[in-house]
Amino acid sequence: MVEASLYFIQQLLNGLTIGSTYALIAIGYTMVYGIIGMINFAHGEIYMIGMYVSFVAITGLMMAGITFLPVVLLLALAFSMFVSSTYGWAVERVAYRPLRGGNRLIPLISAIGMSIFLQNYVRLAQGSRDVAIPSLIEGNWSFGPADGFQATVSLMQVIIWISTVISMFALTQFIARSKTGKACRAVAEDLKMANLLGIDTNRVISVTFIIGAALAAVAGLLLGLYYGVANPFVGFIAGLKAFTAAVLGGIGSIPGAMLGGLLLGVTESMTGAYFSTEYKDVVSFGLLVLILLFRPTGLLGKPEVEKI
Amino acid sequence: MISQEKIIHGLIAAIATLVLAFPLLGVKLVTDGISPHLENADTNTIVSILVASLAVFFVQVFKDHLSSAFSAIPRPDLLSKIPRPTTTSGRDKAEKIATMLLIAFALAWPFAASRGSVDLATLVLIYVMLGLGLNIVVGLAGLLDLGYVAFYAVGAYSYALLSDYYGLSFWVCLPIAGLLAAAFGFLLGFPVLRLRGDYLAIVTLGFGEIIRIMINNLTSLTGGPNGIGNIPKPTLPAIQTEPDLALVGLEFGKRAKTEGNIPFHEYFGIAYDGSYKVIFLYLLAVLLVVFTIYVIRRLVRMPVGRAWEALREDEIACRSLGLNRTAIKLSAFTMGASFAGFAGAFFAARQGFISPESFTFIESAIILAIVVLGGMGSQFGIILAAIAMTVLPEIAREFQEYRMLLFGVMMVFMMIWRPQGLLPAKRPQLEMTHD
Repeated sequence: MVEASLYFIQQLLNGLTIGSTYALIAIGYTMVYGIIGMINFAHGEIYMIGMYVSFVAITGLMMAGITFLPVVLLLALAFSMFVSSTYGWAVERVAYRPLRGGNRLIPLISAIGMSIFLQNYVRLAQGSRDVAIPSLIEGNWSFGPADGFQATVSLMQVIIWISTVISMFALTQFIARSKTGKACRAVAEDLKMANLLGIDTNRVISVTFIIGAALAAVAGLLLGLYYGVANPFVGFIAGLKAFTAAVLGGIGSIPGAMLGGLLLGVTESMTGAYFSTEYKDVVSFGLLVLILLFRPTGLLGKPEVEKI
Repeated sequence: MISQEKIIHGLIAAIATLVLAFPLLGVKLVTDGISPHLENADTNTIVSILVASLAVFFVQVFKDHLSSAFSAIPRPDLLSKIPRPTTTSGRDKAEKIATMLLIAFALAWPFAASRGSVDLATLVLIYVMLGLGLNIVVGLAGLLDLGYVAFYAVGAYSYALLSDYYGLSFWVCLPIAGLLAAAFGFLLGFPVLRLRGDYLAIVTLGFGEIIRIMINNLTSLTGGPNGIGNIPKPTLPAIQTEPDLALVGLEFGKRAKTEGNIPFHEYFGIAYDGSYKVIFLYLLAVLLVVFTIYVIRRLVRMPVGRAWEALREDEIACRSLGLNRTAIKLSAFTMGASFAGFAGAFFAARQGFISPESFTFIESAIILAIVVLGGMGSQFGIILAAIAMTVLPEIAREFQEYRMLLFGVMMVFMMIWRPQGLLPAKRPQLEMTHD
C-alpha cells in the first residue's frame, strides 16, 4: 500500500517536472495567439534553439575555466534567453509581419515553413546526432522504506520547479503591473482600438514574441540539463505538446497555459507508468479531445461571444 | 539622404544577424570523446557570417533606394494579357476547351517523356489528388485540417493490409480504401466539428499523430516501423478469350506474380519493357485525378457544395437560414477524407512499400501548403501548386543536404510573395449591368 502510493507520488513529481516545462513553452503559444490569433508553429524550434545555445554556452564557460556552477548556469541562461529572444523577434519580423492582416492560413503556412527552416538550419550547423553534456547538478533525496520502493526527488527537479515558479511569477507581475504589460493586455483585448489609442501595436507584438522565446529558452535550458541530451528534432514534439497544453488550458489565457501544461505533464507521466509509454501521446491527445468536447474553449478560456 | 535613424536600424539588424548566427553556425559543439568542447567553424563560415551581417546592414540602410530601383523594373503582367471571355457562357466554354486540351496533353505526354519524369509526374498527380481533397475541407468549407495525412495513411494501409491478408486486388481495394478513409473522417468529424477554427486545427493535428503512433505500435498488424512491403501493383483488367471467356488482370512485371494474371506483354504479344509499368501507373493517376476533378466540380454545383461555401463565408447567416451546420461540415470532412483514401491506396500500390514514416506531419503541411499556395478553392491553382511543391524539391536534390532547408525558405517566401495564392479562386457572382 505504502509502496503503491509512493510510486504514485513519484509519477506525480515526474509529471509536474515535465509539465512545468510544457507550461513555460505553452506561454509563448498562448500569448501570441491571444494577441494576433495565429498559431506560431516555429515556437517549438525556438525552444530547441534555446537548448542548443545553452549547451554551447555552458561548454564555452567551462572551457574558459569558469566552473562555479551557479554562475555558469545563470550566465548560460541569460545568454540563451538573449539569443532565443533574438530568434523570436527575427522570426516575427521576417516571416509573420509582412503577412499580417490577411487570411489566417497564410501566416500558419509561413510559420510551418519557418519551423522546417530552423530545424534544418540547426541540423546543418550542429549535426543531426544527439549532443550530450555531462550532468552538472547531482544530488537527490529519497524517502520511503529503506528496503522497498523509494520515491526520489532530484535537485534538478527542485531547480526546475523553482525556476518555473519564478518565471511565471515574473511574467504575471510584468503583465499585471508594467506599462508594456498593460499595453499587451490592451492589444489582446482589441488590437484596432489599442492602435487608435496610440499604443505601438507592432512593438507590443514584438515584445510578445520576445517574452515567449525567452520563456522557451528557460524551458530549453532546464530540460536540456534534466535529460542531458539534445538533437535538432526535439522542438517539434515539444512544441506540439506545449500547444496542446495551451489549448487544453484555453488558448489566449496565461493561467490556462500553466494549468494545461501541468495537467498534460502529469497525464503523460501517469499513462507512461500505469498503461504504456508507447501510447502516452495518444492518451494526451485523447484527453485534449475529451476536454474540448465538454468545454470547447478549454479549461480557463473565455467563451467567445459571436457578434453579428 | 540617409538619416541617422536608418543607420541605427541597420546596425540593430546587423547585430541581430550576428547574434543569430554565431552561437549556432560560428561554433560547433562536440560532445564525442572525454569532455564536451567547442570547435570554431572554418574560416569560410565565419567570413560568410560577417558578410551576411554587412549585407543586412546595407539592405536596411538603403532599403528605400533598393525598393525604388526594383519598382523601376517593368513587371510584365502576363495574366492580364491572356484574352478572357467576359460572358459567363463564354467563360464556361473556354474553360471546357482548356480542360480538354490539358487532359489530352496529360494523356499523350508520357509517351514522349523520359521514364524518370513520368515517375515524378505520377507523384505530382498524387499530390494533386490530395490537394483537391483537402481543398474541399480547407478551401471550400473553411475548416482548418492539419491532420489530413491520417486519411491518406488509412487509405494506404487499407490497401496494403487487405491485399496482404486477403489477397484482394487493387480495383476491389480502391473503393474500400476510400470508404474506410471516409468512415474515419466521419468518426473524427462527429465529435470535433462543433469546435471553432483553431481548436479544430489542433485536434485534427493530434488525430494525425494518433493514427501514426497507432500504426507504429500495432506491430503485429501493421508491421510497425518496418512497414509493409511487396504490395502488388495495380493490374489492367482485360478479357481473356482462351481457354474460355474470362476477366483477367494484366500485370506489368516480367512474370505474373498472382495466379490467374497474365503479364501485359504476353497478352499483347509484344516485347517486355519496364517503362510500360511506369506509364500505366501514370495514366492510372491521370484517370484518378480526372475523376476527382469531375466529382468535385459537380459537388460544388450541387446544394451541398453551395452550402460548404456559404458556411465558410458566414456561419451565422447559414444557421439562421436553417442549414444544418454539423451535417454540412461533416459531409465536407467525409468527402475530403475519401479522396485522401483513394490517393493513399494508389500511393501504396505505386510504392510497393509503405511505413509510418511516409505519413508524418510534414506531409500534412505540404498538402496544406499546396492548397493555400494554389489559391484556396481553385482547382487549376492547386494543380500548379502541386507541381511547384513537388518538382522544386526534386530539382533541389542536387543540394541534397540543403533540400529541406530550401523547402522551408520557399514556403515562407511563397507566402510573402503571393499570399493570395497562384490562381485565386473566382467566386461565382452575379453583377448588375446597365443596358
